[in-house]
Amino acid sequence: MSERTVYADNNATTMVAPEVRDEILPFLTELYGNPSSMHLFGGQVKTHLDLARQKVAALINADPSEILFTSCGTESDNTAIRSILTTNPNKKHIITTRVEHPAVKNLCQSLTTNGYRVTELSVDKYGQIDLDELRENINDDTALVSMMWANNETGVIFPVDEAVQIVKSKGIPFHTDAVQAVGKIKIDAKKTPFDMLAISGHKLHAPKGIGVLYVRKGTGISPFIVGGHQESGRRAGTENIPYIVGLGKACEIALNIIDKEQTQIKTLRDRLEKELLEKAVDASVNGDIKNRLPNTTNISFKYIEGESILLLLSAQGIAASSGSACTSGSLEPSHVLRAMGVPFTRVHGSIRFSLSRYNTDEDITIIVDKMLAIEKRLREISPFTED
Amino acid sequence: MWDYTDKVKDHFFNPRNVGKIKNPDGIGEEGSLACGDSLTLTFKLGEDKKIKEAKFQTFGCGSAIASASALTEIIIGKTLKEAEKITNNDIADYLGGLPDEKMHCSVMGREALEAAIANCRGEDVNELRDRHKNVVCQCFGVTDVEIVKTIKENQLKTVQDVTNYTKAGGGCKACHAKIEELITGTMGVQDESEAPKKTSSRMTNIQKIKLIEEVIEREIRPALKADGGDIDLIDLDGNKVIVALRGMCSSCPSSSYTLKEYVEAKLKEFVSEDMVVEEDKL
Repeated sequence: MSERTVYADNNATTMVAPEVRDEILPFLTELYGNPSSMHLFGGQVKTHLDLARQKVAALINADPSEILFTSCGTESDNTAIRSILTTNPNKKHIITTRVEHPAVKNLCQSLTTNGYRVTELSVDKYGQIDLDELRENINDDTALVSMMWANNETGVIFPVDEAVQIVKSKGIPFHTDAVQAVGKIKIDAKKTPFDMLAISGHKLHAPKGIGVLYVRKGTGISPFIVGGHQESGRRAGTENIPYIVGLGKACEIALNIIDKEQTQIKTLRDRLEKELLEKAVDASVNGDIKNRLPNTTNISFKYIEGESILLLLSAQGIAASSGSACTSGSLEPSHVLRAMGVPFTRVHGSIRFSLSRYNTDEDITIIVDKMLAIEKRLREISPFTED
Repeated sequence: MWDYTDKVKDHFFNPRNVGKIKNPDGIGEEGSLACGDSLTLTFKLGEDKKIKEAKFQTFGCGSAIASASALTEIIIGKTLKEAEKITNNDIADYLGGLPDEKMHCSVMGREALEAAIANCRGEDVNELRDRHKNVVCQCFGVTDVEIVKTIKENQLKTVQDVTNYTKAGGGCKACHAKIEELITGTMGVQDESEAPKKTSSRMTNIQKIKLIEEVIEREIRPALKADGGDIDLIDLDGNKVIVALRGMCSSCPSSSYTLKEYVEAKLKEFVSEDMVVEEDKL
């Protein structure tokens, strides 16, 4: 390993912000009370729980009562989808997209064995959906539309505003997995009338093990975890106070610097992308570059393989990820890139770099230098390279 | 992250015998684009009829590169008779083992060796390939012969084992029933020969892919672009060329005409008579 890690895999997880860690620590030491207790020792913790709920709500311009703390983004997605289906028991049709995160995709797939019919909307070569296809697929039996806000692999942002309008005009509930979007782009629950929205703490510099489900006021919820009366009876289990407080802090920071994502981080991403495309032998970007998260670039290096690239990057202290089959446990290449019709020659050599506010200009220089050297090296080994 | 042995890491970071021997005595190519791995093995025999020099080129993951590198070290100094006895397990053992999910990398090595030896003996490599034509796993293009051979050599008992060793069944899972059948059948049935089917072109997959890309670039793409369209090669499965039409072409009502009458015609003219073009349905 080299002496310094260049972390460019922030869509996988992020560093816990030092301010977040500092906020958490007292709750791992003296402030260990249970917010449900009747004594002041627990009561003071309840105050911090409420405060954190306000901070999370503020980030997406929601009401604090609409914020439900969960253990992770996947739990939030599962709660939302199952709850919507349970509260609309007569409808058996789900509309989602072909590029969802497994938290939604695999859940919907598993529901087909319970008599549900799932329509996965296709995407074009830029990874973008067609709203007409959404309109055409809505019918009287449609119980739910679940559509991610931004894609984890390509960073492509879906036209959620328009999609919600279409879906809500038919009176159908709308859930969005916004795990990659919250904290990176502005989301406003007052402006966009989605019914449920999932957030994951560790994607925005809070720790792993904390998530949020936004539930619009007036929307019924069938609890996923049944037990005590925590979270107004909507999610049982003693609250994970340290991480909830940490997530509150992370959301507060995100709200204050969200513009920075659009300037500082985007500038770095654009430089990284431009230099790699210009200097690499054969590289191309995957995804709709006009509607994309500011921190993500997904680049395919033709005829060289992603896992090999990652191993060599890793040996140089650089962390990134790939859509190659060999990096997944299932041996299947990225379902997102395949749905976009990216040829196999490029899917297997796809590398995602996802940045955060902790990346620097120097990081980009290092990534470009090392990546180009790795490309050259693997091309020398590849049978597709001319002798 | 995969749990690779130090030996695998060593062969990945410092691959031995990289390259392609000019005028080799034996050449073998294995793998496919869909799988994301591909291996070209070349060797030269010495005066003593032993393999004197061996080189490889690999498009693939860390363990694919390591397996190919190990293979070259294993076969150097061996006679063809000795070399043909090498199994994928020998390659994996040489590397101190491979993760189960990566055993198919060693299988690819064994298959390339098999092809290279056949080539060296003047046997028709395409005939060998044709014996492998009965594709069970469409996702990864794995044939029954490969699966049966791997089941035997490694005493595989479950579909998951077969997936780990050959990749077969790792995609859509539609072939799981067929793999089950092969596992049950393999214990009793010893006959693995299939009636050879019509031999197609003499080109290997890699040569074909390169040529198809050239023809698309030179003969096809400019014409489509003139109409605001484009085309991408998605994959090659035997002689079936899978392409995606882009831009104006993708919504053009006469796109199927374009595919058959133009793209396929060009590929038949410049690549091989038996090329069949299909549009990527995914």
